[in-house]
Amino acid sequence: MFLASAQLHIPDGFLSLLIAAFAWLLALIAVAAAVRRAQATLDERLVPLAGVMAAFIFAGQMINFPVAGGTSGHLIGATLAAIVLGPWLGILVMTAVIALQALLFQDGGLVAMGANILVMGVIPALVGYGLYRLVAGRGRRVALLGAGIAAWLSVVAAALLTALFLGFSNTVSFAIVVPVMLGIHALIGLGEALITVGALSFIRAARPQLLERSAAVAGRGWIAGGLVVTLLVVLLSPFASSFPDGLEWVAGKTGFLANAQDAPYELLPDYTIPLLGETALSTIAAGLLGALLVAVVSLLAARALRSRSAERSH
Amino acid sequence: MPVQHLQPAPATTAEPEPTLAVRDLHFTYPDGTAALRGVSLSVAAGEKVALVGPNGAGKSTLMLHLNGLLGEPQDGSAPITVAGLPVTRPNLPLIRARVGMVFQNPDDQLFSPTVFDDVAFGPLHMGLPEAEVRERVARDLALVGMSEVAGRMSHHLSLGQKKRVSIATVLSMDPEILVLDEPSAGLDPRARRSLIALLAELPQTMLVASHDLQLVRQLLPRTIVMDEGRVVADGPTSTLLADTDLLEAHGLAG
Amino acid sequence: MLPTAAFDRYLHGESLIHRLDPRVKLVVTMLFIVSNLLLPDGAWLAFLAAGGFLLLGARLAHLPPGYLLRRSVLALPFALAAVTVLFSQTGQPLWAFRLGAWTLAVSDAGLLRFASILARSLLSVQMAILLTVTTSFPDLMHGLRHLRVPGVLVAIIGFMYRYLFVLADEASRLLRARAARSAAPAAGQAGGSVIWRARVAGSMVGQLFLRSYERNERVYNAMLARGYRGQLLTMNPHVMTARDWLAGLAAVLLLAAIQLAGRLAA
Repeated sequence: MFLASAQLHIPDGFLSLLIAAFAWLLALIAVAAAVRRAQATLDERLVPLAGVMAAFIFAGQMINFPVAGGTSGHLIGATLAAIVLGPWLGILVMTAVIALQALLFQDGGLVAMGANILVMGVIPALVGYGLYRLVAGRGRRVALLGAGIAAWLSVVAAALLTALFLGFSNTVSFAIVVPVMLGIHALIGLGEALITVGALSFIRAARPQLLERSAAVAGRGWIAGGLVVTLLVVLLSPFASSFPDGLEWVAGKTGFLANAQDAPYELLPDYTIPLLGETALSTIAAGLLGALLVAVVSLLAARALRSRSAERSH
Repeated sequence: MPVQHLQPAPATTAEPEPTLAVRDLHFTYPDGTAALRGVSLSVAAGEKVALVGPNGAGKSTLMLHLNGLLGEPQDGSAPITVAGLPVTRPNLPLIRARVGMVFQNPDDQLFSPTVFDDVAFGPLHMGLPEAEVRERVARDLALVGMSEVAGRMSHHLSLGQKKRVSIATVLSMDPEILVLDEPSAGLDPRARRSLIALLAELPQTMLVASHDLQLVRQLLPRTIVMDEGRVVADGPTSTLLADTDLLEAHGLAG
Repeated sequence: MLPTAAFDRYLHGESLIHRLDPRVKLVVTMLFIVSNLLLPDGAWLAFLAAGGFLLLGARLAHLPPGYLLRRSVLALPFALAAVTVLFSQTGQPLWAFRLGAWTLAVSDAGLLRFASILARSLLSVQMAILLTVTTSFPDLMHGLRHLRVPGVLVAIIGFMYRYLFVLADEASRLLRARAARSAAPAAGQAGGSVIWRARVAGSMVGQLFLRSYERNERVYNAMLARGYRGQLLTMNPHVMTARDWLAGLAAVLLLAAIQLAGRLAA
């Protein structure tokens, strides 16, 4: 249950007021921009479209597939939303989903909502849309592969941001939580990637004009932004995992932590490849292996989907 | 198949101008489907007319045109006139108030948080003051027998209740013409009977698309048959619905 | 399936709290949560007082005792992550244990921190539940609008709520159709590779997306047909009465007192 995808919603009480306020500020800026840009392109269509799409994301999160031993993969849907609706509308839709989940189900806090909007709305729009946009025009297989990787990465990036928020609030121990969150969500992200690719493939086959419309909606800035965030994630994750002291040192220096956190244990967590030993290099290598694995899986999925739909159309 | 224009019985008071006039309407969807291939009809004030035909005949497309929901013809012509107004962009707000559309699926039509809000939506967006909006909501909810659910959210209602509320949502705009798309579809016999009773009491001009031929016989003295984007018959219901050859030719038998 | 049925029961209740203006309830809720965050770690008296504030609210709302507490346990999963803070604060080690090659030590500062986080979280979640149980969804939306949240956003959330159930039903139907075609042998191992299953799930999501998109087009037409031109107009039924102002003032004073208690005791 903690492993299910919905658990990135941070409840109230876990974030310090400073972090929560800072996150709210950034979220407000992003959402305000999203409202303005979405209204400019959609005008009076915005409200019904965003509303129904938000309901779709919520309902879509109910659709799962069994993985193994009683667990199942779920969809968060933020990357899918950003890809089919464009990043601005994607941010708005996820904001609505997050607001409703917080208000109705207490899934995610009210003061923590700003942080949740950044984690589940802005990051997937940046990473998901940005990376997808990079490859969107290059043929079906590459586009789907790109979408799969983008979906995976946005889940991992979201997990990293959540872990950072929690750590800088002195709610968790960086050293334990960062690698655990990253590890778990590297797996969850695979499920997200697979379903996202499956859904996109279906939509591409049924109504390709929809996707073309959203591709035209936002500028190159998103690609750049997406790449920057991706780079940060790839570099920061191993750093955060291998050098928890480093993060805490930073936190202590910038005043986030009242007391410096002690290293809670004597050996470093096992987020490394045995042969290379416990160095940042091996962690980066582990990350790259994971990405490679996703790429292969997405490619196979895309290929399987393509041959299947080719059969169906004759 | 030649078009049969059986003249309807003359109205007791001669109406000089039809309240709804469609002249040679053509429409093709962006994906290439030619839905309307020259539809012409006219309806006088107070008439109750049925629109029947197989699926794909163009009934829904025609109805959407009556509220200007499918855009205007490129050549600047205005093939549709409602209550003396040509259906053009500048007239749309007035047209949409004068022609009340009840869509087939009430879940598409009831989009507001509460029943009250849905019935208030029309008059509110017409610019009426709040006091008058409240009056109309109370009046029309009472008319359709749904006063007690005013504060509820529409997803809590049964299909029959939703259909009644849908009708109230357009009545509150005080339309001259009511256009209904398959009003009795999906209703159980009891709900269907009470819906027919309700419709029988409404004084507005009516155009009702329906597969429910019994409803047509009970409520609507005139029938227009459409098939493949054209009007193929137009006349008294009793005559047309007795013509089994006609019905079979256009997929309406049985 | 969707848990709203659980609190619908109390939503139609009649009580002082139910009848308060939604603006007051929203603002007090946020202030309560912020106030808890401002309380220092270990301010047990103040946390207890905040709990008392909640109990008072629950009583005034005619909720059964323990209702809020019971429903707030859904915040617990996140507490799992917070458990790690037990080990990472510098302080007097209280007890240590070995986990394979690692030694983990719980310090007194860690325990204080963890317990405080837990307290704040439980208090905040219960307050949010109190808010939603005593305020109907449309009223919540009106309250947000009154509080100057942009109308577009509120409208979007409203539409989402309205179509949630419709789309959730469609999703259930898709799931049921899949289940009806997923005869598994008695041993229980589902057939097909994980990738195939994910692809089926993906198609279902894609299917749901297209139906949603088409629904949005029909709803848009229905809105246009009733005069919508881009500005969603609503009537504002809420007027602040003297009782609302008094209740708000009382709540603020109580929260201030709790803050003081927390800071003085520290």
